[in-house]
Amino acid sequence: MSLLEVKDLTKSFGGLVAVDALSFSVVAGETVSIIGPNGAGKTTVFNLITGFHRPATGEIVFEGTNLVGSKPHTIALAGVGRTFQVVKPLRGLSVFENILVGAFARTGDREEARWVAEDVIKFTGMTGLRDAVADGLPIGTRKRLELARSLATGPKLILLDEVMSGLNPTESREAIELIKRLRDERGISAVAGVEHVMQVVMSISDRVIVLNHGRKIAEGTPAEVTDNPEVIEAYLGK
Amino acid sequence: MFGSHLGVLYSAMKRASLYLSVLALFLIAAPFIFTTRYTQHVLIVVLLYVALGSAWNILGGFAGQLSLGHAAFFGIGAYTAAIIASKTGLSPWWALIAGPAAVLPVALIVGWICFRLRGPYFTLATIAVGEVVRLIALNWTNLTGGAVGVVIRPSVLSGTSKVPYYYIVLLIAAATVSLCYLIIRGKLGYYLMAIREDEETAESIGIDTTGYKLRALAVSASLTAVAGAFYANYFLFVDTTTVLPLALSVEIVLIAIVGGLGKVPGPVLGAVLLKLSSEIFRNEFAQANLLIYGALLVIVILFMPDGLMGGLRRLFRIAARKSQRVPA
Repeated sequence: MSLLEVKDLTKSFGGLVAVDALSFSVVAGETVSIIGPNGAGKTTVFNLITGFHRPATGEIVFEGTNLVGSKPHTIALAGVGRTFQVVKPLRGLSVFENILVGAFARTGDREEARWVAEDVIKFTGMTGLRDAVADGLPIGTRKRLELARSLATGPKLILLDEVMSGLNPTESREAIELIKRLRDERGISAVAGVEHVMQVVMSISDRVIVLNHGRKIAEGTPAEVTDNPEVIEAYLGK
Repeated sequence: MFGSHLGVLYSAMKRASLYLSVLALFLIAAPFIFTTRYTQHVLIVVLLYVALGSAWNILGGFAGQLSLGHAAFFGIGAYTAAIIASKTGLSPWWALIAGPAAVLPVALIVGWICFRLRGPYFTLATIAVGEVVRLIALNWTNLTGGAVGVVIRPSVLSGTSKVPYYYIVLLIAAATVSLCYLIIRGKLGYYLMAIREDEETAESIGIDTTGYKLRALAVSASLTAVAGAFYANYFLFVDTTTVLPLALSVEIVLIAIVGGLGKVPGPVLGAVLLKLSSEIFRNEFAQANLLIYGALLVIVILFMPDGLMGGLRRLFRIAARKSQRVPA
């Protein structure tokens, strides 16, 4: 059975149809990439799934329950984590405190939350930055912190909005490594939004969904998708 | 390396608890050190504002919801005492419990309306709430005495000594500050800070932002009402110009901001500085006191943008660096 099932999702802003009758599903333990050029509707899809926007039509079923109409925090507690495209650290707090706040999602006990946060900080390789204030971190580290904070809430599925944008080659490699370990070591599914057709990201994805103008134009294994003429056209033009 | 960290932490904790014990002893002994009625009165006022600033800090400092309507909660607490005394004949001290009980439903309605708004719009809405409560109190004459106000009959405590009042307000202030400390260390405190830093992020990690803001408001408003109830019992007179003016809301906010927003000791320092100095200036400079008070505010805000707490911390850091430079 699929973990997440998106059926016929549509959302428009004014006259612009941002997401157009989109359907897809994610199986437990699977990493899926949603790729598409700038403005294809990736962020809107994430905002719809996590309850920040309300769809005009369609269903979002997570573990058998329809999420449409639920508040973002309810959806987060149901097990859907997310990161933001424009990173949103809790600026005045330290790296550890940022993660600790996430860890309080599953417990009211301070010691238990600290224990979870310690585990996440080790898993994401941020031990050395423990006490750094989030506001002063470089972009690569901030992106990592977004993921760590979401991971601390104990999600079953994490939606990663533009994981790679703004990262240098070393940071990108580290981010890809982390997404891979999310699935392999923790069994957490991920949906990664990626603007560019990056071979590396594609290679860790079990499946790739291609969006253009809010519509799904292709879906399949990374190899199938990159050979698809419609995909090449969306990126390069005719 | 880890051991030495723990060692530093341990000695810091020992030092902190030593300072706290000295402070506690001083506060308990204070009425015997300052024996005139006037100095005791000043101490009582300072402690009342310690409680008010700290209560406000839970909503304004921790959760970042800058309310300029806290006079409403203070006034409801004070009027509860006055109404208990004038209508039921019971002791107005019951308002220490009845005040927060009366304020809670008001706070929840206020929150339900105002928390739809963010930032400056929220602050404007709280000003409106404060004014609405003031106008209701002014016009509901048969309950509140309207513009005339309510005089509370002196009780057993109101003899010549101020000492009993001092200990009661000390207890209220200490309880309020301790509660702030407990909140900031636990889940509620972290959730409120997350809401202050970024509401969308807070929602994305499972925080019911409206629910937690309401909790902060409920605690903050109840504690403010307790302080208001004490005020009525101490001054034995309540009217809209003394317990419900916008100026009172502003003063509470100033104390927290000057002391250090969002820090537990912030409003304590702010209350000590602003209330002590305003008392001294009033005596020494007569008409010019507000001018000097204003100048003091400008100086603190200009040179210590993080409040006295931030300023002191910076001073200590400079001092520590200097002492390290001296060869041992």
